[in-house]
Amino acid sequence: MNGVELRNVTKAYAGLTVMEDINLEIADGDFLVLLGPSGCGKSTLLNMIAGLEPTTDGSIHINGRDVTSLEPDERDIAMVFQSYALYPTMSVRRNIGFGLKMRGMLRDEIDKRVAEVGDLLQITPLLDRKPSQLSGGQQQRVAIGRALVREPSVFLFDEPLSNLDAKLRADMRIELKRLHERLGRTIVYVTHDQIEAMTLATKVVVLDKGGIQQVDTPENVYRRPANRFVASFVGAPTMNFLDGKLSQNGDDIVFDSGAGCLPLVNVPAEARDLIGRPMTLGARPEHMLFDETGISSRVLLAEPTGPDQYVRLAVAGSELTARSGPEQIFRSGSDTRILIDGARMTLFDSQSGQALLTA
Amino acid sequence: MRYNRLALYGLLCVAAIMILSPVFIMISTSLKSMDEIRNGSIFTLPVDPGFAAWSKAWFGDCAKTLGEGCGGLSSSFMTSVKVVIPALILSVGLGAITGYALAAWKMKGANVMFAALLVGMFIPPQVTLYPLIIMIRELGIFGTIPGLILVHVIWGVAFTTMMFRNFFKTVPQDLLKAARIDGAGFWRLFWHVMLPISLPILGVAMILQFTYIWNDFLLGLTFGGRAGQPMTVALNNLVGSQFGEKEYNVDMAATMLTALPTLAVYLLSGRLFVRGIAAGAVKG
Amino acid sequence: MADPAQGVLQRSVAQEETQKEGRRRWRPQWTARMALIPAMMITIFCFYGFIIWTFVISLTRSRLLPVYKFTGFDQYARLFANERWWTAMQNLAIHGFLFIGGCIVFGYLLAILVDRGVKAEGLFRTVFMLPLSMSFIVTGVIWQWVMNPGLGLQEAVRALGWAGFEFNWIVRPDRSIYTLAIAGIWQQVGLCMALFLAGLRNIDPNIWKASRVDGIPVWRVYLHIITPMLRTVFFTVFILMSAIVMKAFDLVVALTGGGPGFSSDLPARFVVDHILNRQELGLGAAGAFVLLCTVIAVIAPYIYFELQKERSGRGH
Repeated sequence: MNGVELRNVTKAYAGLTVMEDINLEIADGDFLVLLGPSGCGKSTLLNMIAGLEPTTDGSIHINGRDVTSLEPDERDIAMVFQSYALYPTMSVRRNIGFGLKMRGMLRDEIDKRVAEVGDLLQITPLLDRKPSQLSGGQQQRVAIGRALVREPSVFLFDEPLSNLDAKLRADMRIELKRLHERLGRTIVYVTHDQIEAMTLATKVVVLDKGGIQQVDTPENVYRRPANRFVASFVGAPTMNFLDGKLSQNGDDIVFDSGAGCLPLVNVPAEARDLIGRPMTLGARPEHMLFDETGISSRVLLAEPTGPDQYVRLAVAGSELTARSGPEQIFRSGSDTRILIDGARMTLFDSQSGQALLTA
Repeated sequence: MRYNRLALYGLLCVAAIMILSPVFIMISTSLKSMDEIRNGSIFTLPVDPGFAAWSKAWFGDCAKTLGEGCGGLSSSFMTSVKVVIPALILSVGLGAITGYALAAWKMKGANVMFAALLVGMFIPPQVTLYPLIIMIRELGIFGTIPGLILVHVIWGVAFTTMMFRNFFKTVPQDLLKAARIDGAGFWRLFWHVMLPISLPILGVAMILQFTYIWNDFLLGLTFGGRAGQPMTVALNNLVGSQFGEKEYNVDMAATMLTALPTLAVYLLSGRLFVRGIAAGAVKG
Repeated sequence: MADPAQGVLQRSVAQEETQKEGRRRWRPQWTARMALIPAMMITIFCFYGFIIWTFVISLTRSRLLPVYKFTGFDQYARLFANERWWTAMQNLAIHGFLFIGGCIVFGYLLAILVDRGVKAEGLFRTVFMLPLSMSFIVTGVIWQWVMNPGLGLQEAVRALGWAGFEFNWIVRPDRSIYTLAIAGIWQQVGLCMALFLAGLRNIDPNIWKASRVDGIPVWRVYLHIITPMLRTVFFTVFILMSAIVMKAFDLVVALTGGGPGFSSDLPARFVVDHILNRQELGLGAAGAFVLLCTVIAVIAPYIYFELQKERSGRGH
C-alpha cells in the first residue's frame, strides 16, 4: 500500500507505556491531521513516523516499505517544525539546499531545485538572507521550502502555524491547502487547533491519553463524535452536556435531567430504544433552539461575537449555552424558552462515554 | 541625589585605584634603577625610566648564571607558547566534541557521565598528581613538552566539555531533528550546524583555556622538568633564587613579561572574557 | 496469471532486504558513543582511577616510590600527629574564612556600585576584573614586593610622614597567613563581582519599579529584597571560592613560600611538598585524600543542586 501505515505501534518511556497499540492507515495523498490536547501523544506519534524516536513495539510502513528500523533520512519523508528550526548560520539558499547537499547531489542540480522552490513559495528575493533577517511568516515559508525541495513521498508538519499571529495563520492555512491540492502528496499534520484540523484535513485523527479516539472526516468528527472526549474537544464554544435519561411524555420524547424536562424536536426513531437508560445528552449551542414551546430558562449572560451571540442559560438545574442571531436582545435575568434539536443531538453512555446515538 | 552620585563615583574610583595600584607599582618598579628603588618610595614614578631591567629579565644575565643559558625568560616564553597552543586546541576541540555528543545525542548514561566529569572539575590536582606522574613517565614523555600538553588536555577537558555541553543544551531540539531528517550524521551535524552556532562559546572557551594554561604553575612545575619549564615556573625560580643582591626591578619586569600575554588577551577580548566567566563557566 | 501469493512473497523478501540494509548501515548514535571514549577514559582513569590509586598508596608505607606494603591507616595516624599538617589545616580555615568572606562582601558591594547605572561601567568592570587574567604566581610576586618590609608599602607610608606605621605581616609568623587573603581577594574579587552583577541584571526590573512606588529606600531594597533573591548566586560564589581556596598552592609558593617557617603553609602545598620533595609519598597521599574529602564535603551539595535545577528545568 502506498501512503503510511502504523501497525500495533507502542511507545514506552522507562517502562511507562504512553501509547499502546496504535493502528492507522494513511492513504496516499491524504491530508491527515492528528488532533488532540497537549500531552495526548500526537507529537510523539509524528516523531515515530519521522524516525526521530524509536518505537517500543509494532512497525511503521511508508509506501509499503518497513521503515521501523531506518534512520530519518532513509524514510523518504520531510518535516516542518513549530519553531521552523532553520539553521541560523546558513543563508536561506543553503538552508533549503542542505538536505540535498547531505545526499550528495551536485551543486548545479541543488541550485536549480532551490530556485524552483523559491519561485513556488515566492521567496526568491529572500534566498541570500539569514533566517534572523526574516519575519515569522517568511521563516515559515523557508521551512516549508526546505521540506518541498526534497520531494519526499510524505510531509510531516509539527504544529507549523502555532508561532504565527492570527492573521498570518489564516493566510498560511489557505496556502497549505492549495499546496496540498497542487502537489497531491501525503501530509501528516499535528495540531491542537481544531480550526486548522477542520479546514485542512481530509481525515482527522483525534487523540487523547495516548490512544486514538476517532478517525474520520472533519465533518463527521464534528457532527458524529465517537465519544464524549471528541465531542467536548471539537467545537467552540464547547458542546453542552446534560446528565439524565430520555422519557416518554405523551407522544413526545423529552430529556429528563432530574431537575426538569427538556423538550426535544425531530427525535430519530432509534431513540425510542434508549428510553429510561441513564445517559449524557450532548447538544452544540447551534442546536439549542429558542422556541415558544420550549422549557422556561433564565438568561444569565449574553456574549455577542459579531455574526452571532452566545447566550448562557440556566435550564433545568444546569448552565447551557445557546447560539442566537445578533438581532435579538437578551437581558441578563430575563426569561426565555428553549428546546433541543433532537435530529442533531448526540447521546453518550453515561458510563463509557461512547456515543449511543449520533446525527 | 547629586551627593549620592558623587559618593558612588568616589567609591568606585577608590576601588579602582586599589585594584590598579599594585599593577602600577609593578610597572613603575620595573622601569626604575636599583638605586632609585632603594632611595625612593614604591608609589613614585620613575625619574629616569628605562628598559634595562626588562632586557635583563628577558635575555638573562650571563655573568651570573652557571652552566648553560643566561637564565632569562625568553626560552621559557617559547616553552609556554609551544605548550599553550596545542594544549588549547586539543582541549577545546575535545571538549566541543564531547559536549556536543553529550548534549545533542540522546544516550543512556549521558547525564551520569556529565555529572562524573563535573565532579572531576573540582578535584584538586594534588590528589591525582602522583599517579599522573607515573602515567606520563610510563608513556616516556615526562619532562617534555608533549607530556605537559597531554596533562593540560586531561585537566582541561572537564571544563571545556562543561562549557560546550551547557551551550549545546540550549540549542532547540527541533534544529537537531531537522538536521537528522536532512540526513546529517554525527560529524556533519557537528561541522555544518553546531560548530557554526557555537562560535561565540568557542571564542570564550579559547580565551579562558589560554588564560588557565598560560597561568598554570603546578603542572608546569611537576611535569615540565628542565626542558619544558613554562614561564610561571621560570618566573618563580627567578624571583626565588637569585645570587647576590635581589634586583626588584628585574623581578617586576619578569613578572610583567609573564603577565603580558594573558593581560593582552583579556584587554583585547573584553566582553567575551566577562561573558565566559559570568556564564558560570569557572574553574578554580 | 500472476500468483497473488508470489506477490506477497516478493514483498516480504524486499522488506527483509531493506531491514537488513537498515541494520547494516552505520548509525550516527554509534559514532556519538565513540566520540565520548576519550573523555570517558580521562574521567574513569585519570580522575576516579587515580583517586583510588592515591587512596591505595595512602595505605602503604611508600616513601620515594610506591611500594605496596600495606600498613592500614598508619599514614593517616602520622598525618594527624604531624604538627605542620595541623598548622596547614588551621591556616586553611583562617584563609578560607577571610578570603571567601572578603570576596563575597567586596564582590557584592562592587557589583551593586557598578549596577547603579554609572557611566563608564565597562571601564570599571574591566579594571575590577583585570587581576583575574594574571596568574597566582604573578599576583604573589607583585604582592611580595608591595609588602616588602624594607622597601615596600611600610617604607612608603613612613616616608610620607607616618613614622610609626607598621605593615610587616609578610615576615611575621603570626600574621603571614593574612597576607594570603589580601592578595587572593585582590585577584578574585572581580570574578565575584561579575557573578553578582550577572545575578543583579537578571532581576526583574519591575521589582525596582514596585519598590519605588512603595517608597522603600534603596538600601532596604538591596538588603531585604534583592539579597535574598540572589541566594543561589551567593551559593555559587561560595562554592567556587571554596574550590579555589582548597587548591591554593601557587599563591602561597609565590607570596610567602609557606613561611616564615611553615607559618603560612596550606594543605595543598603540604601534599605537593611531601610527594615531590620529601620522599614521603604515603604521607602525601594521605594528606591528598583528606583534602579531597574536604572538597567533596563542600562541593557535593552544589553538584546535587545543579543537577536538580536542570531536572526541574526540563519539566516543561
